[in-house]
Amino acid sequence: MTQFLILLAVFVAAGSGVPALFLDNRSAVGQRFASAFVTLAGTLALGAVLLSGLEDAGYLTLPMAPIALQRLLGLDGIQRWFLVPVAVLGPLAARYGLGYWPQGEHPESGCKLGLFLGIMTGAMVLLVSARSAIPFLFGWEIMALAAFFLITADDSELSVRRAGWHYLVATHAGTLCLFAMFSLMRTISGSYELGPLPAAAVSDSMAQTLFWLAILGFGLKAGLIGLHIWLPGAHANAPSHVSALLSGVMLKMGIFGIVRVLMFLPDPEPRSGGILLAIGVATGLYGIVMALGQHDMKRLLAYSSIENVGIIVIGLGLAQLGRSAGRPEWIVLGLGGALLHVWNHGLFKGLLFFCAGSVLHATGTRDMARMGGLAKKMPSTAIAFFVGALGICALPPLGGLAAELPVYLGLFRSVNTRDSTTWVLLAMTATALALIGALALAAFVQMTGALFLGESRSDVDAHAHEAGPLMLRPMAVVTALATLLGLGPFFVAPMVDAAARTWTGPGTKLPVLNDLVPFGPLGLLSLGLCLAIGGIAWLLVARLRKNGATASGTWDCGYALPSARMQYGPSSASQILTSMLNLFLMPKIEAPRLAAVFPHSSRYRRVVGDTLLDGIVLPVFRISATAFSYVRILQRGRTQAYFLYMIITVFLLLFWR
Amino acid sequence: MLTTLLHNLIHLLLLLGLPPLLAGVIGKTKAMVAGRTGPPYFQLYRDLARLLRKGSVFSRTTTWVFRAGPVVSLAATWAAALLIPLGSHDPLIGFTGDAVVFVYLLALGRFFTTSAALDTGSPFEGMGAAREVTFAALAEPAFFFGLLILARVTGSFELGGMMGPRLATAWLGNSGPLVLVVASWFVVLLVENSRVPFDDPKTHLELTMIHEVMVLDHSGPSLALILYGASLKLLVFSAMVVRIAFPADTGNEWLDWATLVAGTVVVAVTVGVTESLMARLRLLNVPKLLVSACLVSGFGMVLLAR
Repeated sequence: MTQFLILLAVFVAAGSGVPALFLDNRSAVGQRFASAFVTLAGTLALGAVLLSGLEDAGYLTLPMAPIALQRLLGLDGIQRWFLVPVAVLGPLAARYGLGYWPQGEHPESGCKLGLFLGIMTGAMVLLVSARSAIPFLFGWEIMALAAFFLITADDSELSVRRAGWHYLVATHAGTLCLFAMFSLMRTISGSYELGPLPAAAVSDSMAQTLFWLAILGFGLKAGLIGLHIWLPGAHANAPSHVSALLSGVMLKMGIFGIVRVLMFLPDPEPRSGGILLAIGVATGLYGIVMALGQHDMKRLLAYSSIENVGIIVIGLGLAQLGRSAGRPEWIVLGLGGALLHVWNHGLFKGLLFFCAGSVLHATGTRDMARMGGLAKKMPSTAIAFFVGALGICALPPLGGLAAELPVYLGLFRSVNTRDSTTWVLLAMTATALALIGALALAAFVQMTGALFLGESRSDVDAHAHEAGPLMLRPMAVVTALATLLGLGPFFVAPMVDAAARTWTGPGTKLPVLNDLVPFGPLGLLSLGLCLAIGGIAWLLVARLRKNGATASGTWDCGYALPSARMQYGPSSASQILTSMLNLFLMPKIEAPRLAAVFPHSSRYRRVVGDTLLDGIVLPVFRISATAFSYVRILQRGRTQAYFLYMIITVFLLLFWR
Repeated sequence: MLTTLLHNLIHLLLLLGLPPLLAGVIGKTKAMVAGRTGPPYFQLYRDLARLLRKGSVFSRTTTWVFRAGPVVSLAATWAAALLIPLGSHDPLIGFTGDAVVFVYLLALGRFFTTSAALDTGSPFEGMGAAREVTFAALAEPAFFFGLLILARVTGSFELGGMMGPRLATAWLGNSGPLVLVVASWFVVLLVENSRVPFDDPKTHLELTMIHEVMVLDHSGPSLALILYGASLKLLVFSAMVVRIAFPADTGNEWLDWATLVAGTVVVAVTVGVTESLMARLRLLNVPKLLVSACLVSGFGMVLLAR
């Protein structure tokens, strides 16, 4: 039953944009249909999750179908966990799109956007529930291509086409790795079915190869360091509800892939856990450091997504290390933290991209250096953004902390290992995680300040207005869900435990997440914190009412003519940190040279590109493009030449042994 | 049972009532070193009472964020204060991993203090906010290394256990790393509480300040909340440093309370003396000092890993 619901969800979502193709391209009816169908698909998928209970829901067996088509879909603990964000955020993004990208205003791209949003949601449902390599790759490739068309929705702009192109190259390189990986897995297990590989049949070198192919192939989608190159451009240039879906859900498909492959590989060696930890720390630090240097609000959010993927990978590394070291509590804490973070980050980053979309809609720019003071014009968006920013920085009382706490606890638990190498490794990781958190706070304080606080730095928001109800409603839903998840993580903990059981297989006895992590006391403390805030606020309001309050200008420290442009903005707020990190950020700075005593007016500009993309990947591609241009000498465009090649090949094959 | 209740009550009353005294002690110390009489020890209590009776001025630029700043910040500091042990007395709330929650509660306070500063739209306050988040980020590893060392030597993941009775025995075997923790945490105390050499709370020049410049626009009851919150944070950090430096349990709880109060007063005097004898560092050198503090406690961890 559950599998039929899933199959139905796939088809309903994938077909949701079709009716709009037959309607007038200015009518909103098609878009309404599309969002309703995606919502229906999401509901069906959630229904499947609820119906399937906590244990493995088995396979989908199709009556009257050939053997090759049997056992295609299923729903185990991990699949169920990753299905939920798809089923929740897909419909919300479609609903947000009704207000953000209305068909009437975008007749040329509206239908396309609706069609591919549905296809992508359906493809993700398919790939998450796949139990065989074939539907998995089918879903994966359709998701990847649909994402390309979504990113390039506004393809009249050069930057959009460029971002789309980078994405397409990256995703195909990833798919290539996946093809290699699944083919190797088939040679080992003898079928395309996805399941734990027999330990005897996997040699060490084979396990290594599969591990690295998975890291490369799935890491390109998740945005691990060095493989993230497509990510900032694509997230910045896609329509905001698409960015929310990309960052909130599609990156997690990469994580899903890594989790699955780690599960299939038998007997991990300790090194693989260490490698994952190192990749996670590097990704997290790189992401947040790059985020600090950004002016473009959506690029900042994209880099923050990279940082969060890093945190998730740290959790996975801890779990993997637990498997090889025989420490079941590390498995539960590491995997539990990673999985909780998948949900939390999906919700919070989805919310933040929705807010960024509303701001973009209102001001028409993504440049934070030109905004400011939007909290007065867009109060609801400002509150939603605050919730998102607090959550993404893992601050209490929201859910981010509940997700990071298990990872911290797991890392702290290393203190009682005898092996001091492991201890130093994990302790360093814990400290790096704390540093990442503190830098994330710096980045998001700066972003909140630049967008919503103070005064406007230019006239872009002269006509700024609050987002319409069509956009605010999905934002409110996400805010509510994120808050609920923050207050009651113990309710979803059994689902995490089920996922951990799936991950390790039935052989290992695992402790329960709720016993390891003090979610209860944390919840009570959060509640107490809220009460204390309420109490102090009440005291303040009472005093203000009694003593009176007057309005005036901001104290300007005696400076006669302060202007709004003197406020601390995105460059100045992070200047100390970014100048310490210039080595990594490699900003292009245009600064005036002060020559005379009374210098003329001049400009200062600082642009931070992506260090790895601009510094390494693009040059390498340029060089290889030149190198491969020599191969094109062979491509003569004459049939005779090609016949000659064929004859030469046939002759060579004849003499081959 | 009744004595436990009594001592918990004393714990709570000390948390609520002691903080302003520390600010007074620092002020008095600085005055004595400079050869002045200085304000009385209880000056901050009077200031708070006076500010609570005063009216407020709010900038027209500000929104609810500005008013929420001091409120959330004080509530978060309070919640964090409940998690730490005072002297030999266990914390009022303790659970596994509360050390991490402690750090994130302080971060919550910082988020709101700095957001409130940015909300005024003043370049000076923005400057203060930018410096605050920067220096806090750089101090974070130093604090965390210290936590990990404490966790390793005591085998506990709770603040109550990390600074509990097992710390005294840990000093016998691992005095090296613990000395380094005390040193680096004293630096963290100075930066978290915006004291010299990181920040000069008494300067009249807004360009050089961090904490004081962030709260320039607050007045009346809001300012009272901020001043009180700042002194509470000072108490929290001094209590931790004192406990690690001097983890003795005398067996007599009254004597322990006296030791704690005396210890925090000693920390306050040290802060006052540091402030009298040192100038504020050049801003460019602040990150260097913070990185050295991280290295010091990181070195402590290496010592433990032998």
